[in-house]
Amino acid sequence: MDLVSKDQNKYSIKRENNEYEVVIGLEVHAQVLSESKLFSTSSTKFGAEPNTQVSLVDAAFPGMLPVINEFCIKQAVKTGIGLNAKINKKSIFDRKNYFYADLPQGYQISQYKNPIVGEGTVILDLPDGEKSIGIERLHLEQDAGKSIHDIDPQNTFVDLNRSGVALMEIVSKPDLRSLEEVNLYIKKLRSIMKYLGTCDGNMQEGSLRADVNISVRKKGDKDLGTRCEIKNVNSIKFMQMAIDYEANRQVDILEEGGKIDQETRLFDTKKNETRSMRSKEDAHDYRYFPDPDLLPLEFTDEFINELKKNIPELPDEKKKRFIEKFKLSPYEANILVSDIDTSKYFEAVIKKSDIKLSTNWITGELFALLNEKNLEISKSPISALNLSKLINLIKDGTISGKIAKSVFEIMAVGDADPQKIIEEKGLKQQSDPKELEKIVDKVINENQDKVKEFKLGKDKLFGFFVGQVMKISGGKANPQLVNDILKKKLK
Amino acid sequence: MGIDLKTVKHISKLSRISLDDEKAKKLEADLNSIFAFIEKLNELDTKNVEPLTSIAETTLQLRKDEIKSTNIREQVLKNSPEKNKDFFVVPKVVE
Amino acid sequence: MTNITDLTLTELVNKIKKKEVSSREITNAYVNRSEKSKKLNTYITDNFENALKKASDFDNNPNYEKKLPGIPIAVKDLFCTKDVKTTAGSKILNNFIPTYESTVTENLWKEGSILLGKLNCDEFAMGSSNETSFFGNVQSPIGKNLVPGGSSGGSASALAAKLTPATIGTDTGGSIRQPASFTGTVGLKPTYGACSRYGIVAFASSLDQAGPMTGNVKDCSLLFDVMCSYDIKDSTSVNFKRKNYFKELNNSIKGKKIGIPKEYRVDGMSKEIEDLWQKGINIIKDSGAEVIDISLPNTKYALPAYYIVAPAEASSNLARYDGVKYGFRSEGKNLIEMYENTRSKGFGDEVKRRIMIGTYVLSSGYYDAYYLKAQKVRKLIKNDFDEVYKKVDAILTPSTPSSAFTIGEKSNDPVSMYLNDIFTVPINLAGLPAISIPGGHDSKGYPLGLQIIGKTFDEQNIINIAYAMENQINFKNQIKDWWI
Ligand SMILES: [Mg+2]
Ligand SMILES: [Zn+2]
Repeated sequence: MDLVSKDQNKYSIKRENNEYEVVIGLEVHAQVLSESKLFSTSSTKFGAEPNTQVSLVDAAFPGMLPVINEFCIKQAVKTGIGLNAKINKKSIFDRKNYFYADLPQGYQISQYKNPIVGEGTVILDLPDGEKSIGIERLHLEQDAGKSIHDIDPQNTFVDLNRSGVALMEIVSKPDLRSLEEVNLYIKKLRSIMKYLGTCDGNMQEGSLRADVNISVRKKGDKDLGTRCEIKNVNSIKFMQMAIDYEANRQVDILEEGGKIDQETRLFDTKKNETRSMRSKEDAHDYRYFPDPDLLPLEFTDEFINELKKNIPELPDEKKKRFIEKFKLSPYEANILVSDIDTSKYFEAVIKKSDIKLSTNWITGELFALLNEKNLEISKSPISALNLSKLINLIKDGTISGKIAKSVFEIMAVGDADPQKIIEEKGLKQQSDPKELEKIVDKVINENQDKVKEFKLGKDKLFGFFVGQVMKISGGKANPQLVNDILKKKLK
Repeated sequence: MGIDLKTVKHISKLSRISLDDEKAKKLEADLNSIFAFIEKLNELDTKNVEPLTSIAETTLQLRKDEIKSTNIREQVLKNSPEKNKDFFVVPKVVE
Repeated sequence: MTNITDLTLTELVNKIKKKEVSSREITNAYVNRSEKSKKLNTYITDNFENALKKASDFDNNPNYEKKLPGIPIAVKDLFCTKDVKTTAGSKILNNFIPTYESTVTENLWKEGSILLGKLNCDEFAMGSSNETSFFGNVQSPIGKNLVPGGSSGGSASALAAKLTPATIGTDTGGSIRQPASFTGTVGLKPTYGACSRYGIVAFASSLDQAGPMTGNVKDCSLLFDVMCSYDIKDSTSVNFKRKNYFKELNNSIKGKKIGIPKEYRVDGMSKEIEDLWQKGINIIKDSGAEVIDISLPNTKYALPAYYIVAPAEASSNLARYDGVKYGFRSEGKNLIEMYENTRSKGFGDEVKRRIMIGTYVLSSGYYDAYYLKAQKVRKLIKNDFDEVYKKVDAILTPSTPSSAFTIGEKSNDPVSMYLNDIFTVPINLAGLPAISIPGGHDSKGYPLGLQIIGKTFDEQNIINIAYAMENQINFKNQIKDWWI
């Protein structure tokens, strides 16, 4: 049977006599965040009624011509900068010719030989250190419409709302080697684009899809094997499933002495398998040529520099700063920078609160809460301001960590001010030594037998006394003080 | 460079224009006479010539990112040979 | 008063401004003559009823500030016209009614003009004789069974037969100038980027230009003045300072340097064309301009390069005609069959031939040998012109290698048909402006044209040279109304 190494970083496929390495490259299609389409003035808004966001240009009426959206160009250049990539001062729009129901022009305007962005890199944080993944290129192109096959048994319905929406196709080098790397790579790309505001990264809405190129080779081989391309996979989970299936399929063929055909395949999410897309094969000759309706796209240095100046701090730099300035561990820093909204939240909390406590509360309680409610941090039921207040109440001893957790739970319902919750519910920590001493005395008096045992060496009973004090105080006793008093009295 | 019947059939497939055998043969002859004429270009050495991709003496005009088109679904679907209230309709595509 | 339809465009404009004639009277005259001229097969779709109504509207509420006040004009059926069927001469668009207007026609209507109808043309403008139209060939008023030229053949024929006071066409490789030459009329192919391509059914995007077709040079300057505009809806439209071509019209060419390219003296050129050209040269000299011998060495490569570039672009531009969004559909049991049936039944033979050529030259393994090569040749041809324009202001050549031929004469031999455009194609490849004016008649009494080629955006100059020459040539079309 298939043996996939459990250690995802050493992902390989083992058969009786051979071990295979899986080589993966991704072509990510990221929808450019813009109001209007790449070459027309229709809206790009998600979820509209079918064919209501279609202009004469999008539906390719006779005599209609493309006029390019400046903002989309800037978004692509910004993304290129975020990928540490070369920005090409001259790029050309080409036509990729093929027939399909949801491709009204009979060609897609894309960039072939001269893309807007050239080579770059993306850094992945793996458990055993960083790994650099090469970016081959980024180019701008139009999205196609949508063919709907499941409304009518005889016919396919075509919705052109997406037709002409700007996409950035980000092509990686075949540098990825495991499912985990694919996962981290997609997340990192998405993170960078969200920082830049160039793509919302929403995979459910199709803002981020990928074509996956996979080949396998015997461990130690230098040459790449023949690759297959799996089209349009729209979730990380499916990408991983598709890769696992496809890699094993290829290994099976090689093990039987067969040859891999270079082809385009489709991932069937219901059957969890990939299969050949024959329809793509017989029209494989795209006959690219420069679109004569458009001129070359040319930039000045000033144009690029102006965009560079306005690039925000990106996850890699931010991580470095968090480690250096806030003394976070690389692990903590990673978690806090991976999503721009998380990093913003974190920085808002620590503006007025202890860094260490804030880190723990955000990565612990808050993440658990968001996870449980399946919420993005931008929709957090607890605002950064109130979390910061809660942390300060812990820090100055007003409440214990334990009480804080119950306060946090109350806050989670309606983002109430923790101070008010404490006052209303009387949860303020009991820190008056005289009051606490009274309770300690009571506990000691009522448990003389246990005191005896303790004094005879049963140290473990200390916890019992603390517990009793806390119980009587309704959990409000300052645990540090209780400890001190108990230690003194039980000596 | 001669164009054979197989090539004619291949390009007819690529351009989604079906041809019966008679038409394909006629086209084969036509294309061969046209390409015989086109091959004249091979006399020219163009090794160091920059291709001319655009003849318009201007730079690419950029448009602001503004939504100007409204919902014109009725207009867009009006001329379609087969449609319903919401969609263009084509014979079933099986993938 | 003389016959309204015998008046020139500018005469009509003047008469209407002086209130000597109404828009309704003019429109009526052209409608009546058009109705009597169905034999010429110039119209694909008439807009007569509507035009008459609009003419009355104009008369009820006239605006004489307009440049074409209440003037009816029929246009080539390649311009999309709102709510009026637009076919591009093809079955595949047989029932297509645009909901929008091309920029060029919009410019006409904005200046007070009225749409008279849509004129026949070669299918998707692919042809030099108007024989490829799905709506049948057009007869030339010049003589029975003569082709009017193409692809703007319906336009040329209607203009020469006085079914419209002026018209507009499109020119991808000679489609305005060659029919103008065949019918004894004036046709201008403007600089690429001078007139917007928005709303014009595309043939070859890097070559297509709309232009005026008129009875004389003065009319040409007026119509061009109206058509020509910068358009943000066309990325290849050029935002240069446009002149008032009509106001700046003059006939002084003293001191101008006119080039005569030796490569246009092609093998087997008839004596009649030689003589015509010499006549033009003499007129130029007599008018005080200087004639300079020049060389455009890559001229002979223009036509082969054109027959790569134009079909390549066309093969892609015509991919949108697939039976999904508009136009003709022929059913099939699956999507691919529907495409194949639609396109093989919807397109005519010449269009299919060019789609095939274009598909072939772009296909994998052939791109460099053909398409890239053609683009490089295009560069060389452009360089040729750039070089000679250091020495001359304009270039004079014949417009066509022969006069009009008879219907059916060349329709079975694509290459001999393509050779018709040998003098006009280099100008499209280089994106330059050129005007064809009638230069005389051949022994059969058929018109022959002279072509004046200008520098980029130097339309005013070639219009003025043409104006001066026209004056000297004093050409009169010898049309007897044989079809009425
Ligand atoms: Mg791909
Ligand atoms: Zn793509």
